[in-house]
Order: sequence, then structure tokens, then C-alpha cells
Amino acid sequence: MTDDDDLDALRAALKASPAPDPARKQADLSAAMVAFEKIHTPAQESEDAPRPSIDRPIWGRLTQGAKRMFNTLTTKAGLTVTTGIVTAGLAVAVFLPMQQVGVPADMTLRDPARTTAAPTSGVQTTTERRELRLEKFADEGARPAAEALQSQPQPRTTATEDAAPAPAPQVFQEPFTTDREALAEPAPHLDRLMIAPENDTEAFANAAENPLKVVAEDPVSTFSVDVDTASYAVVRQSLMAGQLPPRDAVRVEEMVNYFPYDYPAPEAGGAPFQPTVTVTETPWRDGTQLVHVVLQGEMPVIDERPPLNLVFLIDTSGSMAEANKLPLLQQSFRLMLSELRPEDQVAIVTYAGSAGQVLEPTPASDRTKILTALDNLQSGGGTAGQAGLQQAYSVAEGMAEDGEVTRILLATDGDFNVGLSDVDQLKDFIADKRDGGTYLSVLGFGRGNLDDATMQALAQNGNGQAAYIDTLNEARKVLVDQLTGALFPIAGDVKVQVEFNPAQIAEYRLIGYETRALRREDFDNDKVDAGDIGAGHRVTAIYEVTPVGSPARATQPLRYGAAETVANPLEELGFLRLRYKEPGATESQLIETPITADLGTATTETRFATAIAGFGQLLRGSDQLGDWSYADAIALATEGRGTDRFGYRAEAINLMRLAESLSR
Amino acid sequence: MRMTTSDEALAQAAASGDRDAFAALLARHYDRLFGLACRLLGNRAEAEDLTQDICVALPAKLQGYRAEAKFTTWLYRVAMNAAHDRRRRMASRGRAADGWGDWEVNRRHANAEEADRTDWLTRAMAQLKPDLRDTATLILAEDLTQSEAAEILGVPAGTIAWRMSEVKKALRARAAEEMTP
Repeated sequence: MTDDDDLDALRAALKASPAPDPARKQADLSAAMVAFEKIHTPAQESEDAPRPSIDRPIWGRLTQGAKRMFNTLTTKAGLTVTTGIVTAGLAVAVFLPMQQVGVPADMTLRDPARTTAAPTSGVQTTTERRELRLEKFADEGARPAAEALQSQPQPRTTATEDAAPAPAPQVFQEPFTTDREALAEPAPHLDRLMIAPENDTEAFANAAENPLKVVAEDPVSTFSVDVDTASYAVVRQSLMAGQLPPRDAVRVEEMVNYFPYDYPAPEAGGAPFQPTVTVTETPWRDGTQLVHVVLQGEMPVIDERPPLNLVFLIDTSGSMAEANKLPLLQQSFRLMLSELRPEDQVAIVTYAGSAGQVLEPTPASDRTKILTALDNLQSGGGTAGQAGLQQAYSVAEGMAEDGEVTRILLATDGDFNVGLSDVDQLKDFIADKRDGGTYLSVLGFGRGNLDDATMQALAQNGNGQAAYIDTLNEARKVLVDQLTGALFPIAGDVKVQVEFNPAQIAEYRLIGYETRALRREDFDNDKVDAGDIGAGHRVTAIYEVTPVGSPARATQPLRYGAAETVANPLEELGFLRLRYKEPGATESQLIETPITADLGTATTETRFATAIAGFGQLLRGSDQLGDWSYADAIALATEGRGTDRFGYRAEAINLMRLAESLSR
Repeated sequence: MRMTTSDEALAQAAASGDRDAFAALLARHYDRLFGLACRLLGNRAEAEDLTQDICVALPAKLQGYRAEAKFTTWLYRVAMNAAHDRRRRMASRGRAADGWGDWEVNRRHANAEEADRTDWLTRAMAQLKPDLRDTATLILAEDLTQSEAAEILGVPAGTIAWRMSEVKKALRARAAEEMTP
């Protein structure tokens, strides 16, 4: 080997040095600008003095600001915002992965002894200094920038001035805003900044609003029931954070189905659920009617319920460390534990880097052992969900005995970056296990990374519920109050099909259920999977229908196609068909009932459901409501408040008020 | 246009209070600075802290910049001095002044090949004395000329040439050692 080879090898190795962490880089650049300001504008120095960071929830502020910005960027037309503002927003937001959300490898590699031993010199450690600076941005940078974004679109100059009272964000705007030509050519660090949105990787499952259908052309509407309520909790969490939810996060049917309604229960010995159809006037449009189709599931006698085998499959990846994730999850499961019976069994499997069984199948009576295992859960490491999933299923299969109900409760903040990275493969795996008798429910925690789409997909394939848990109250509602419903299916593959009578109804529109549409022929095909109804669950579907001859009709009747329908003498509005399977059965049962115009009158229940349906459509930005507003929704919901034992409806009305203020 | 303005012009503008100039200048050189810090200290965490320290100190230091030197040369000198300070402090805190000992854990290896290369680099750097390491970094990784390196390190150019021959010698000795099992 020659000398030059040696040197070349060393040169190549040295040049392969690591790239800077983008978050660190931004923090450093900001810090440098603060230092620059101090030197060149000494008058500001007192204002710039860092405040103590200990007694302030700086990370909360930081995340709020950053989230608000991202949400605003994605929900509204972020593109119209100036590059400068975007840059400023991102510059603040990129702190998240470093300190809070992620646990980048390089952070974990830091020698803890070094950071703690440092203050010998009596000088602040670098870590402390960094926090002080970050706090400053959280306070002064994030909020004005976010506000400017929310009130966009604004002319770029105005936005820039408004958004930049603090020195820090200016750092990133001005090089580019003062020199317009430079905008054409992004500065090198812009590339890195654009990495930031990965921190907010929420994905929501939704589809375009169901279109108006003309009965003469398409008289049959078919969909699968949906007892999930995750969407409502996500909407609530957004509104509580002072932000209108992303439109795709709003699934109207899940919002409607979130609430308990008082409908007649099925008679003992009959079908496991009782359909109720009510026809009411539409509050947001004269000349149309709302057809409420409600399926009320039976409530089996709790004492007679079969023993439960529960496997908690818990995401303990680093991102779960936030207070509203793993700690909330632990509290939630603690609540639920008190509802279990001695003969029930619980096991805990975690996934994070390596999957592991933390708690072997243990009778629910051994509370101490279960609670200890639960309390010992710690977040950390990467996420490898699939290995954990397989282990959870094998544990569950080991617990299952005849006559028992076995279910896996997957709790995650949305990390499914797993061995089976293909969602379809994962779904197949879960569907396969479902056919073997092990069900899966998904509980979502925290925001920012919530993969609602995957959650929905997995729960639907696992015959389970997808719920989003944002507060301990919600945990109580999902896991305790509805323990039986969430865990005991009473009817499987429940499909709804409504055929409208063209002699009576000209047009119809199904409100919500966009993600649950089924093909017409799938209704009678027992091989096609659909949603389940659990004990005590109820499902509401609302159609807006336009009677023949109504002035509200949006389409002109066909000149040549009308002949045969006129001959139809029936006064029925339509015909409701339901298919369901008894738990474990492979053949479906059919329930049929005509829908007539005289069915029922508006009650507090239908009013409230209508108000929520309207609220959901408002949040989705639907163009179907005319000038019907949040104020109308509030009035209607207040009318439909009823007894509201647990205050769910009152809470919804408050959310409507929040949305009204936020949408102005 | 700002992006094509020379470093020196930006540095002078920054020294007289032009914050845009300063921002542009730092954005342009940050990655280089971080890379240098990594190579000088051999430890990612230390390098990150050093980079931050330099960033914060830079506005004050820039006021002393007089365009006598190329900006990059001047920046390297600032970084080099800061690195030496930090090494001294690392030593006084009872830690090896020699971060290269744990270099390998600071690298995320994409594959075994890269891991091997890193191991090799770690051993190669660890066997060099700090002044040889600094010199090798400037000449090999930063592609500076011997006279630039000499200016930065404040030694005669001849010393740089001598150090590089020492680096070669050390590497050759290592290679020979590896050949004989």
C-alpha cells in the first residue's frame, strides 16, 4: 500500500462525517441571530433577558404553536403564505423532534454524566442555555407567526411585519424577504427545514362527501355500519386546542354515533338489534326531509357475559412518552381493570424496538400484579409493531377457550412502521386472525403522529372499534362505560341497504359513512366484511331526501325516463334492508322494513343527532347547508339536549360554540 | 444577489450590523462548521455543543474581522481555537480530551461496510496526536492548502508538511500492523 492510498482512505473516511441534526442546526442559527441582535441593538437587551424556564410549560407552548401552524398550513391554503412566514414557522417547529417528540439516536448517545457534571465552572450548561432560547421562540416566535398564518391570506409584507416582533423568527424571513430575487433560489437550509412536516404525520381516513343521488338513476344506497367514535374525539381535541380540525378528520357518522341516544331496545329473543326509522324535516333546507335510520343493539345481561381475554398491545416507542400518551394509557387501563371480573384474564405485550410480553396471562383478580406491570411500562426505543402484533395474537390464542371472548387492545400514537410495513398485508393478517376468533380494537393516543387512517383500517379488519383517547374522561367512556359494547360483539357484518321509491323520492344524500360505502351487490354477499355492533351500541344513519315535486329538488326530472316510475302506486318512501350475522355465524340474517312518511316525529334524540350531523358537515366545509350556521346547530342541539346524564351533549354544544368563534 | 455575494463582503456587512448578511453567511457555512467540529472532537455530542458555542460567539468575533484573511480561513481559525478550548475543558472535567475513543458509537451505521470504515477511521484518528489530527483534518477533509492550514494553526508551512508526513508514517505503521496477524 502506498502512502497516498493511506491518505486517500483517511480523507474518504473523514469526509463521511455525519450531517448536522436539522433541529440542532435551526436552534443554533436562531441562537446566533439572538446573539447578533444583542450586539447590534443593545437597547433590546433587557427585553431579551431569558426568563426562568423551570416554572413554565414551555414544551406545551412550543408544541401548540407548532401544531397550530402545521394544521393551518395543511388545512388552509398554506401555499399562499409567503415563503418567509413558512420559513419562520418551520424554524420554530423543527425543535420538536429534538427535545420532545422524537428521541434521535444522537441525543440518546449523549453522555448523561457530562451534562449533569458540567456546572462546575459556575456557567450555565449549554443545555440550559438552549432551553432558554427555545422558550423565547415558543413565547414570542411561535404565536405571532401562527396568528399571522391563521389570518392569512395576507399580503406578504403585512404578514411579515405582523409576524416578526421578536428577533428570532426574523432571522429566517429576512434574508429572503428583503431580497426578492433570492426567493427564486432557496437558501441551503430551506431544504432541511422542509423536513419538519414529518413531525406532524397525521393521516386521516376520509373520502369526499357523499354526492346527491338521483333516485331514478341510482335508487339503492348500501353501506356498512360504523360504531367508531374516534373522529369526534379528534375534533374535540382540535377545538379545545383552539384550532378547527382538519376537514378530513371529520367523519360525520362517527360524530353522530359518539352520543348515547334513547331508542327502543330490541325485544328479548328477537334480532340482536332493533331498527327505528324516523322521518323529520330538514333544518337546513326547506322542502327536504331527513330519514333517520337507527339500529339499537341489545344489552345482554352483564352478569351472564362470557369471560374476557384481553391482551393489551402497547406501543412503548419513544414518542409515547408525552403525558397524553403512555401515562394516560396507563391511567385508562387502570380504570378499566376495576370493571373486569375475576374470571377475566389480562396479558400485556409491548412493542418498541423489541417486542416483549410484559405480563403473562393473569386473572383480573390479581390486580397487584397487573398494576405493577402496567406501571413499569416505559417508553423508549423505536417502533416495531408487527412483531408485537404477532406475539399479542399468539398470547391471545393461548388464552382463548370455548365460550370466551378474546380481544386485543392495541394502544398507539400512530406508529405502525413495522415489519409488515404494507398496510394491506397488516390488514390481511388481522382479518385472518379475526376469522380465527381473535378481535382487535385500536385506541389512539396523542396528536401529531396519529395515523387515523391505519387505525381505522386495522380496527375495521379486526372487527373492533377505533377510538381516540384524548382525556381520562374519554378513556372512561370508551373503556369503562362501554366496556361491554366495545368488547362483546352482538352482531357481525351489519350492512344497511335503503332502496328509495322513485314515485315518492326524487333525490337522496347519505350524510357521512363516506368511508363505509359498499357496492350494491355486496349487500347479499356474506363474504364481504362489514362493521360490527357491540352490546348496547347504537348506530344512526341519516339520509336527506327530496320528495318528488319538492321545490328544493336540485336536478330536473328526466323528460323521457319518468314514465315507468309514475305507475308505482306505493306510498312508501323507501325500503330498508339490514343484514347481520350472529356472532360466529357465517350466514347472514335479513331484516326488512318499509320507510313511510308518517314514521315518527322529531324527538330530542333526532334533533340532537341532526344538530351533530349539521355540525359535522359545517366542520367539513360542506356546501349542502346553505346559510345554516353554527348558531343554528347550537340552537338545535340545545333543543335536543334531553336529560344528558353524562354531559356529553353539553360538551358538544360547547364545542360548537368554540368552532363558531374559531371559524370567524 | 445575496446568494452570490462573496463570503468576505457578507462578513464585512455583518460586522457592521447587517443581520441579513450575517444570517446568509452562517446558513452558508453551518454544515461545514459542524463537520469540522465532528472531525476535531470525534464525538457528536461535543461537536454539537461546540458548533453552538461558535454560532453564539460568532457575532462578537466578527466585529474583529478585517477582511485581511479569507473568511473561511478566519472561520476555521475561530473554530480551531474554540475546539482547543473545549478539549482543554474536557480534560479538566476528567474526561478524555480525546473524543475519538467513542466516535464509533456516534455514528449510525447504514451497513456493515460503513461500520468498518468508521472503525477504521476511529482507530486511525485515535493513534494520531491531536496536532496531527487537526492538521490531517484541515488538509484531507477540508481540502485546504498547506499554507492555509499553516495560517489557521498559526505554525509555519513547513510544520504542516512535516506533520502530514508524520500522519502518513503513522498510517503506514498501522497498515503494516494490520497485515501481520
